[in-house]
Order: sequence, then structure tokens, then C-alpha cells
Amino acid sequence: MNSSVLKMLVVLTTIGLVSGGSLAGVYKKSFPLIEKHRLEALKKAIFDVLPEAKSYKELEKDGLKAYQGLDDKNNPVGIAFEAEGNGFQAKIVMMVGIDNQFKKLKGMKVLYQIETPGLGNKIEFDDFRNQFKGLSVKPQIGYVKNKKPDKPNEIQAITAATISSVAVVKILNKEIKKMSGTYKLQG
Amino acid sequence: MTDLFKEFKKGLWKDNAVFVMLLGMCPVLAVTNSATNGLAMGLATSFVLLSSAIFVSTLRHIIPHQVRIASYIVIIATFVTIADYFLAAMLPPISKALGPYVPLIVVNCLILGRAEAFSSKHGIATSISDALGMGTGFTGALIILGGIREILGNGSLFEVKLLGDWFEPWIVMLLPGGAFITLGLLIGFINYFTKKPVALGVSLGEDIGYREKGQFVTANEAYGQHQEKSSPVVTEKTE
Repeated sequence: MNSSVLKMLVVLTTIGLVSGGSLAGVYKKSFPLIEKHRLEALKKAIFDVLPEAKSYKELEKDGLKAYQGLDDKNNPVGIAFEAEGNGFQAKIVMMVGIDNQFKKLKGMKVLYQIETPGLGNKIEFDDFRNQFKGLSVKPQIGYVKNKKPDKPNEIQAITAATISSVAVVKILNKEIKKMSGTYKLQG
Repeated sequence: MTDLFKEFKKGLWKDNAVFVMLLGMCPVLAVTNSATNGLAMGLATSFVLLSSAIFVSTLRHIIPHQVRIASYIVIIATFVTIADYFLAAMLPPISKALGPYVPLIVVNCLILGRAEAFSSKHGIATSISDALGMGTGFTGALIILGGIREILGNGSLFEVKLLGDWFEPWIVMLLPGGAFITLGLLIGFINYFTKKPVALGVSLGEDIGYREKGQFVTANEAYGQHQEKSSPVVTEKTE
């Protein structure tokens, strides 16, 4: 092996090793903080969609993850879970809170969306979100356009962002159905 | 000292990465929907630019020519990953807003371009001042772009509301189209004010021309000869 090839190998390997080593150090330092932020965001979202909850415990059954909200006397106040599905541009991920009998929603919070700013991203705003508080999910969530909803299971779609609004409704209906099979009888 | 300042200054305006060299367009267009995002992206890029300039310039005699690009990429990727972890650990909202564009700094041609074209050929002090100047110029350009788009698209600047309720936000400014429109107009304005207007056919410059009988004839001379031969000049009329 001639010396220039050897030098290339040595230099590139050394750079790679130093880089890998320092990144391992940075990762070790930053991982606990990143994990802490993730858990804090999760906790905030759960308490947001289950306003009565003071603490929560994680549930896992049939491969479905959910969070059981508990009040200060450790009574179950509802179930929170993540629901995701396709929106207008990409995935919409939401935290959903529902009562133990899976009859009425307690709240909804969008965790991730990249819908059109100014139109579809209004699904994040309180005007739209608050419609889901106390919304009946029986037989399923419906929507109306350009007028106030008159049934207890209906919401009003955002003007000029019907696709995003309907995407939210569809994701909720699908995920609630899926979760109710597993978690309805609990608590 | 004056040389160092000169290297710093050129990145601010004369050789500005965004408005003049048009380097690193991916983050420029993608994350400038608010001034805050522009600032964060600019600072992250400047950090990577500065750190990689120091390392590339220090190691410039050690790295063999054949593997230099691979070495630069490893060095750059290391600092990008550090910046990414730092933002995720310390500033989660900004990390979330910038999304995949922080890891993408690795392939930002501004950084590889400066490493290859400058740091690998100059000493540490000169490379640092070049990187600082380029980084400041890049950050400034991103803030200007993000500021204009945020004001027109959201009525605010650095998330502080500037325009009242009478203002109907131009949503297009927050969408990718707004980035292209703003950048195009800005570059157009800058060229309009900094470049001398060239009247076509009269002053093509001294560099353009052809070789005739061993003599270099510039375009200006050729045009003069052409006018003498073919007068009166027939100009085309367009209806």
C-alpha cells in the first residue's frame, strides 16, 4: 500500500472517530433535556384535553397507547390518546380527550400540522378547538358549513378550509372507533 | 488588521451569500416565514460556518487533496448535529419551527463552498473573519426576508403585532410562493441600484470580442466599425 493511500485512510478515519466521539458526548448531555421537553409537552397536552385531570397513567393494550386521566382522588376522569391521519398537506396529529364511556369529547389539541397558514392552520386555534369540548360522538361526529351547528354531534367547518376541518373530523371518528373497542369498558 | 476587516466586510454586502452569490437558497426560501425563524436559522448556519472554517483551515495541510470533500462533509455534519441537539435541548419551539431544515444545513452549499473556496486555502484568522462576515451577511439577509414576509403575511415583526385589525394579511407571503416573490424583488432592486445599466449594442464591454488576424477586436470596436460601414443605420421599427 503506498503512503498517500495510507494517509487518506488515517486522516479520514481519525476525523470520523473524533467526530463520532464528540457527537456521542453531546448526545449524552442533550438527550435527557430533549426527553424532558417531550414529556412536558405530552403532559401539557393531556391536561389540556382532560381539564379535570390532575395526574395520568399510561395504558397499553392490544398495541394501542392511551393515557388514563386521574383527578386528585385518583378517580378516572377520561381517556386521552393521540390520533393521527392525513390532512390537506401532510399528517395531522392530535391529542384527544374523551370521557370513560366514550360518549362525549372533553377536548382536542393539535400537536402537529403543516396546513396552509391563515386557512387550514386555524384548526389549531381556540375558535375551532373549543367546538370539540363536550361534543357528542354518537353516532359519530358530523360537520356543517357556513352555519351554526344544530345537533350535539356537529361542528362548523372553517370557511375556506373545509378539507382541513373535515380531515380532523374523519381522523377523530376513525380513531375514536378504534380506541373505544379497546378502552371503553375500563374505568 | 485591515485585511481581516476587508474579509469580514465583503460578506456583508459585496459578496453577500444570499443577494449576490445566491448560495444556500434552500433554507433561505424555506424557513423565512418569520423574522424569528430567519434569525435562528442564520445563527445556526453562522455557528456551523465558523466552526467548520476553523477546523478546515487548521487541518488544511493535513487533509489529503483526494479526500478533502469527504473530510469537510464529516466536519460540517458534526457541527450541524451539535447545533441540532442544542436547539432541541435548549430552544424546543424554534427547533420545532425549523424542523428538518437544521439537519439540512449539512448540504447548504454556502458552508461547503466557503470551506472549499476559502478556508482550505487561507490561515485561521483570515478564515474566521471570512466566516463571520459571511455568517452575518447570511443572517442579515434571512432576517430581512423573514421580516418582510412576516409583516405582509402576518402583520407582525419578531412576533410583535405591528399592524392593526384593519390589515388583511397576505397569506401568500407565508407560503413558498411568497419566498420566491420577495427574494426575486429584493435581488432585482439591489441589482437595479448597484449595477450600472448597460445599453445593449453600445457598450458590450472591453472583455467581449473576437480575434482577427492575430489582433483582439473588442465588441466596442467592432460595433464602431460596423456603424461606419453601414450608415445610415436602419433601425427596426416595432408596431
